[in-house]
Amino acid sequence: MLEPGAAARILRRPAAKVCLGILIAVAAAAAVGPELFPESYREPGPRQYASPSWQHPFGTDLNGRDVLYRVLLGARISLVVGLAGAAVSLFLGTTYGLVAGYAGGKVDNAMMRLVDIMYSVPRLIFILIFINAFDGHVREFAARLDWQWLVSYSRIVILIITLGLIEWLTMARIVRGQVLALKERSFIHAARVLGQSHLKIITRHLLPNILPLIIVYLTLTVPAVILDESFLSFLGLGIQPPQASWGSLLAEGAQSINPLKIYWWLLFFPAATMSATLLALNYLGDRLRDTLDPRR
Amino acid sequence: MLKLILRRLPALFFVLFCVITLTFFLVRLAPGGPFDRERKIPPAIEAQLLAKYKLDGPLWSQFTGYLADLARGDLRLSTKYRNRSVNEILAQTLPVTFALGGLAFLLATSSGVWLGTFAAVRRNTASDRLAMAGALLGLSIPMFVVGPILVLVFGLWLKWLPVGGWGSPAQLILPAITLAIPFAAVIARLMRTSLLEVLNQDFVRTAKAKGLADRTVVYKHALRVAILPVVTYLGPLAAHLLTGSIVVETVFNIPGAGGFFVNSILNRDGFLLGGVVIVYCALLIVFNLLVDASYALLDRRIRVDA
Repeated sequence: MLEPGAAARILRRPAAKVCLGILIAVAAAAAVGPELFPESYREPGPRQYASPSWQHPFGTDLNGRDVLYRVLLGARISLVVGLAGAAVSLFLGTTYGLVAGYAGGKVDNAMMRLVDIMYSVPRLIFILIFINAFDGHVREFAARLDWQWLVSYSRIVILIITLGLIEWLTMARIVRGQVLALKERSFIHAARVLGQSHLKIITRHLLPNILPLIIVYLTLTVPAVILDESFLSFLGLGIQPPQASWGSLLAEGAQSINPLKIYWWLLFFPAATMSATLLALNYLGDRLRDTLDPRR
Repeated sequence: MLKLILRRLPALFFVLFCVITLTFFLVRLAPGGPFDRERKIPPAIEAQLLAKYKLDGPLWSQFTGYLADLARGDLRLSTKYRNRSVNEILAQTLPVTFALGGLAFLLATSSGVWLGTFAAVRRNTASDRLAMAGALLGLSIPMFVVGPILVLVFGLWLKWLPVGGWGSPAQLILPAITLAIPFAAVIARLMRTSLLEVLNQDFVRTAKAKGLADRTVVYKHALRVAILPVVTYLGPLAAHLLTGSIVVETVFNIPGAGGFFVNSILNRDGFLLGGVVIVYCALLIVFNLLVDASYALLDRRIRVDA
C-alpha cells in the first residue's frame, strides 16, 4: 500500500513542504512559545486594544493581554483537542469498521444502517447538550476524588471524548470497506484454515494492512475535530474562560467588528493561524490519500 | 417509491423516538433546574411553577406525559420566555432559519456542482488546480471567520450590503454565502472526483466514439451518473446546514431558531431545547427519506432492488 518512498514523494512538492513547515512551526510555537512571554504580557494590563507593533506583534486585547500569547495558548488547546479527539475517533471508527466488515452479512448491514442514520442527524447539536449535561457532574465527581487536574480541565477532557464520538463515522465506513475487500484475499483464508482465532486474524492480519489508510484518515480527522471544537467554543459552549482556544478567541474577534471601531487584529491573527493550520492539515491529508488510493 | 417510503416508516419513527428520549433525559441529567435563581424561591411557589410546567412527579411519568403531549403536537411551554409556547416560538423563528438554510442549500449545491464539473473537465490544468485550491481554502476557513470578513468588506468598507439583521432580501445575501461556502467546497470536491471516474467509463467512451460533441457527452450522459455521490451527500448537508445556521445566525444577528437553541441550553430551558432538536430531527428524517426516494429515481439500476 503506502510504500516507504511515498512520503518522500509527497514532500517533493513545494506546497507540501510549506504545509509541513507551517504545521511544525505552529506546533513548536504552541509547545514552547507561551513560556517565553514575560508576566506583564500574560496578565491583564493597562495597554488596552494596542494595535500591532514591535512590542506586541499581534496587538493587545480588551484586557491589555498580548494577542500573540493568547493565540499560542489557544493553539495548545485546539491542537491537543484536535489530536486527542481524532485519536478517540480513530479507535472507535476502526473498531466499529473492523467488526462490521469482518462479521459481514446481517450484522454488517445493521451496523452500517446505524452509521447512515447518524450521518443525517445533527450530531454537534447533541454534543452541545451532552457537554452541558455532564460537565457539572464530572467536575463534582473529580472534586470528590480530589483530582485537581480534572477539575480545571474537565471541559477539555469531555470535549475530546465527545468530539471523538461524532467524527468516527467516516473512519468506520472506510475501514469496513477495506476489510470487506481484504477478507476475501487468500492470506486471510489461509489464516482461517490454519485455525487462527478471529481476534488474531483481525489484529495480526487485517489491522496491519489497513494501517496506512487509517493514518491518512487520521490526518483528515484532526482538522475536522479542530473545526468542531472551535464551533462549540465560538458559541461560548466549549472551552470556558480564562482558558482560550482558537474558537473562543475568534468569538472575541468577531465581536470586535462593529461600525464604531474595528480592532481587526483581534480577528485577523487567530483566524490566519487557525486557517493556515487547517489548510496545511487538509492539504497533506489529501496528498497522502491521493498517493494511497490513486483512483480517488 | 411509495413502497420504499412505507417500508422505511417504522424505522424512522424509532429513530425519532430515540432522539426524543435522548434529549429529554440529557436535559434532565444536567445539574440545576430552570427556576434556579440567585435568590431561593419559596418552596410553595416553586412547587406551583413545577406543576404549571409539568415538571413535577416521578421522572418516568413526566416522560410519558411529554410523549403524550408531543403526539398531540404540543411542544409545551418555554420555561424562560414565560407564557410563550415552544410551538409559538418555533412558528416565528423556523421560517427565518429555513429561508437562510434553503438559500444556502441552493447556493452550495449549484456552485459546488458547477465548480466540480468545471475542474474535472479541465483536469490537471491551471484552472483545475486553482478551483481545487479554492475549494480547499473554503473547507479550511471556518464560517465564523468568513462571516465577519464578509461583513467587514461588503458591509463596513464598501457599504454594498447590510451588516446584519433580518427583513429585507439584501440582508439574506451575506449570511447565505457564509453558510454555503464550506459545503460548496465539499460538493465541488465530491463532484470532481466522481465525474473524473465516470469520464473513464465505457459508456462515455461509446458516446464519444459515436461522435457526440464533448459538451453533450459531459452534460447529458456523464453528469447524470456522476451526480449520484452529491445526491447521497444532500442528507448530511441538510444536517450540517442546520448546525451551521446556529453560528451564522449569531454572527449576523438573525432572529432564527439557532439563537434560541443556544440560549435554551444556557437557560436550562428544556422544552424549548427539546422542541428545536425534535423538529430539526423530524425534518431531517423526512428530508433523507425524500433524498433516498429521488436517488432511486435518478439511478435506474437502484430502482430494481428497492
